[in-house]
Amino acid sequence: MLKSSPFHSRTAPLMQADQWRRWAGYRAVSAYEMTHDREYLALRNACVLIDVSPLCKYHITGKDSLSFLNRLVTRDVSKCSIGGMLYTPWCNSQGKIIDDGTIAHLSENTYRLTSAEPNLRWLEDNAIGMEVKIQDVSEEIAALALQGPKSRDLLMTLTDAPLASLKYYRFVNTSIAGVPVMISRTGYTGDLGFEIWLESSQASTEAVWDALIQAGRAFALQPAGIWALDVARIEAGLIMLDIDYTPANKAMIDGQTSTPLELGLDWAISWNKGNFVGRKALLAEKQQGSSVTLVGLEIDHKEFERQHNQLALIAPYPFTAWRTMLPLAFEGKQIGYATCGVWSPTLKKYIAFGHLQSQFAINGTIVTIDLDVDRYRRPFNAKVTKLPFFNPARKKDVL
Amino acid sequence: MNNHKYDAIVIGGGHNGLVNAAYLAKAGKQVLVLERRHTVGGATITEEVYPGFKYLIASYLISLLRSEVIQELELARHGLEIMPLESTFVPLLDGNYLADWPDHDATKHEISRHSKRDAEAYDEYSRTMRRLALAVRPLLDLIPPDPTSVTPNDLATMAKVKGTLSGLRKDDFYLLARLMTMSAGDFLDEWFESTPLKGTKATSGIIGTFMGPRTPGTGYVLLHHYIGDIDGVFRAWGFARGGTGGLSQAIASAARSLGVEIKVNSPVAQVIVKNGVATGVALENGDEYFADIIVSNADAKRTFLKLVDSKNLPDDFINDIKRFRISSPACKVNLALDGLPEFTSLPKGKEALLRGSIEIAPSIDYLERAYDDAKYGGWSRKPFMDALIPSLLDPGMAPPGKHIMSMFVEYASSDLEGGWNEEKKAEFLDVVIDTLAEYAPNLKNIILHKHIMTPWDLENTFGLTAGHIFHGELSLQQLFFLRPSPQWSNYRTPIQNFYMCGSSTHPGGCITGAPGRNAAMAILEDRP
Ligand SMILES: Cc1cc2nc3c(=O)[nH]c(=O)nc-3n(C[C@H](O)[C@H](O)[C@H](O)COP(=O)(O)OP(=O)(O)OC[C@H]3O[C@@H](n4cnc5c(N)ncnc54)[C@H](O)[C@@H]3O)c2cc1C
Repeated sequence: MLKSSPFHSRTAPLMQADQWRRWAGYRAVSAYEMTHDREYLALRNACVLIDVSPLCKYHITGKDSLSFLNRLVTRDVSKCSIGGMLYTPWCNSQGKIIDDGTIAHLSENTYRLTSAEPNLRWLEDNAIGMEVKIQDVSEEIAALALQGPKSRDLLMTLTDAPLASLKYYRFVNTSIAGVPVMISRTGYTGDLGFEIWLESSQASTEAVWDALIQAGRAFALQPAGIWALDVARIEAGLIMLDIDYTPANKAMIDGQTSTPLELGLDWAISWNKGNFVGRKALLAEKQQGSSVTLVGLEIDHKEFERQHNQLALIAPYPFTAWRTMLPLAFEGKQIGYATCGVWSPTLKKYIAFGHLQSQFAINGTIVTIDLDVDRYRRPFNAKVTKLPFFNPARKKDVL
Repeated sequence: MNNHKYDAIVIGGGHNGLVNAAYLAKAGKQVLVLERRHTVGGATITEEVYPGFKYLIASYLISLLRSEVIQELELARHGLEIMPLESTFVPLLDGNYLADWPDHDATKHEISRHSKRDAEAYDEYSRTMRRLALAVRPLLDLIPPDPTSVTPNDLATMAKVKGTLSGLRKDDFYLLARLMTMSAGDFLDEWFESTPLKGTKATSGIIGTFMGPRTPGTGYVLLHHYIGDIDGVFRAWGFARGGTGGLSQAIASAARSLGVEIKVNSPVAQVIVKNGVATGVALENGDEYFADIIVSNADAKRTFLKLVDSKNLPDDFINDIKRFRISSPACKVNLALDGLPEFTSLPKGKEALLRGSIEIAPSIDYLERAYDDAKYGGWSRKPFMDALIPSLLDPGMAPPGKHIMSMFVEYASSDLEGGWNEEKKAEFLDVVIDTLAEYAPNLKNIILHKHIMTPWDLENTFGLTAGHIFHGELSLQQLFFLRPSPQWSNYRTPIQNFYMCGSSTHPGGCITGAPGRNAAMAILEDRP
């Protein structure tokens, strides 16, 4: 009953341990290999190919498309010239975040919006009275993320497009193996990387996949799944819908919702572009200060290790990210909660996302988090730090 | 003449009567239940009308049964087992179909085939209805207060009502106010665009009510059916092993184990009232039984217009009971089948859908037309049906390889022009089968036996006035502190020591056990 990605004919044979998962109604890969270690290491040291086709995609066209998008999202879309992309959240009228994604300015009055959840209804409802056409192209467009330090070198062997000078959050139209593709300098890993967008016919997806795998041999390319991606996105301080925030239209109570300000997305709010959905509420929050703030946490892994060693155990660091809500305390009182955490193999740190009452969201503050030590649950210190945890220069560099 | 004196006598062994008796016995009372039929259960019953086939001649699914009742009466220990009904299948005549699966992605996928927008709206709709249901559900467990009264009890309960509702989000509160006054159809139009989705969702608003999906007030009924839960999952319907009769047997067993005495074949003719105080009951055969507490499980009309001498009741009260709306549109059809019906629109590989609800409700217009046909003493030429094949869930319901199909059918007026008789029954049964056969053409070839309960039969069999499945319409003018009559909505009656515990009282019909339990609380308040 789950839908198969347009790359399924290529990804399925690579699966070694039946580690599938669901993503937006699709069958998606958690890890191809028995463990995801090599997939993660390739992401940070060579390059990986991740099928991200389940993303929702919408084409927005028409004379009012810019004013529509500017009304919808918090960032100023007019700053995005043709060939450019931007990341942005969008909110309901109470300023509560509904989803986040990217907008690409494809051509005059033509944009493509991506989102984690289906948003057709929200988009249509906000387009009332405007001259825009909104088309759900989720199934017509396939997408691959080619991420990692070698991704650019690899791609440059397949196309003459000016990738060397392609800046972060810009895209080019070119072709791979004769298939027209759009290549954007974007990703969800905080690393040097690209996303490749193409029509979802089997002939096209197979040709592009095969070409990338073929060329990838020289660059230690590794197909990778969501587990590897999840480690990378936490290191990169990137939030995930349903994990780090509950979309406002899914929340049962107000207490479950978040605002972009609480999630550290103040940089993604344009206050002087005119009105947009949620602006009034967000402005009030900005003036009063947010009650909750997203922070990075570095958990005292030395102590975690010591306590395990004391029991003659090796510390079981979470190599796969955990995605549960764990209470965070200060002097024994709960002052927030964590939403995900993982051992960062690159930083050699045990990192997590914390949502703290804002007065505690100060760099260096020590809060505690309860973790299992074999059969016991113990409080461990966690130091508040700024996000992202990892932000290599190569993410944005050009040759 | 029997001189044995009980603490309490419950007239009627419907599920609410049994629940009430069990709670009273649990509090130490000596309780007698008098049931007119040969078996207890009332409309919560399974009967082997055709040998080997267990028919659900009245109710068929369980959803609103209060979990308190299951826990406090330890019904699991007494054999209750409820299997969740997993899906809804809406066959359409154009070869297409709509389905609701227990899985979010699967349902979304099905709805997207009709409308992507609706697939998204569906999530939000379900969440919204659950939030509203969650907010109003605690009201079910309250003894309704009189909002005009200033007694400490009423004030305290009003405060609780307010407390419950003030937990609502502001936008939800407004929505609730609108939903309560709107028609199910208009409400659904605000959410969805696809015809079959609106049709199937509207059915919750018309089950058991003699109203069309466009009648204001059906919005509330829609919500009423969202209040049920199984294992904390809202809007879940379940099938009790052995049919709903399995549930009444479990309650009866629990009641007996608490010391309740149950006499079947004991129709009560009259409540004995002396100086405004109920003291006992007289059976049709003349036997009399006495007790300090008399409780009626029968509906309000039967109770006050038949079982009680009107000289014991104030005129305005009698008028309230007379005007209590109780005409009924619901029939029940059971078929014994030699095999499974083959629905033309059911795709291969999706046969699992037969294990769930099968709804003939292709559109709101279809339902409204069905209502139009019946409104003036007629029946629907194309009726709405909520069908189920219980033998796919519990093989004990039919002999091996055979099946039963249960169909809840609307509309056929209890006030049929010219009155119901055997010919009319047969005629409407054919209408039902012909309609269903349009969707499953092999149906007629596999029918071994067919059986219909019209409102007329429901009245004759269960003593339901007009055959009303909920003991009176669940419309706003007769709910909560208005059910069955203002001032007498708290299970008490104008006659001292005389109480009501059936579905004519708050929170109304359906297999909930709530009226029975709430009434016991009220009685125990008066007579600890
Ligand atoms: C066709 C049909 C389908 C239904 N489907 C469902 C469903 O799927 N799910 C659901 O939740 N609800 C359903 N209902 C409603 C539900 O069955 C009733 O609301 C519920 O069973 C009522 O229970 P009760 O105990 O209040 O009353 P009843 O079940 O009506 O019990 C009253 C009892 O009192 C007895 N009695 C009456 N007068 C006398 C007398 N003078 N002396 C002695 N005994 C007397 C009757 O024989 C009966 O046993 C359905 C009802 C019908 C009729």
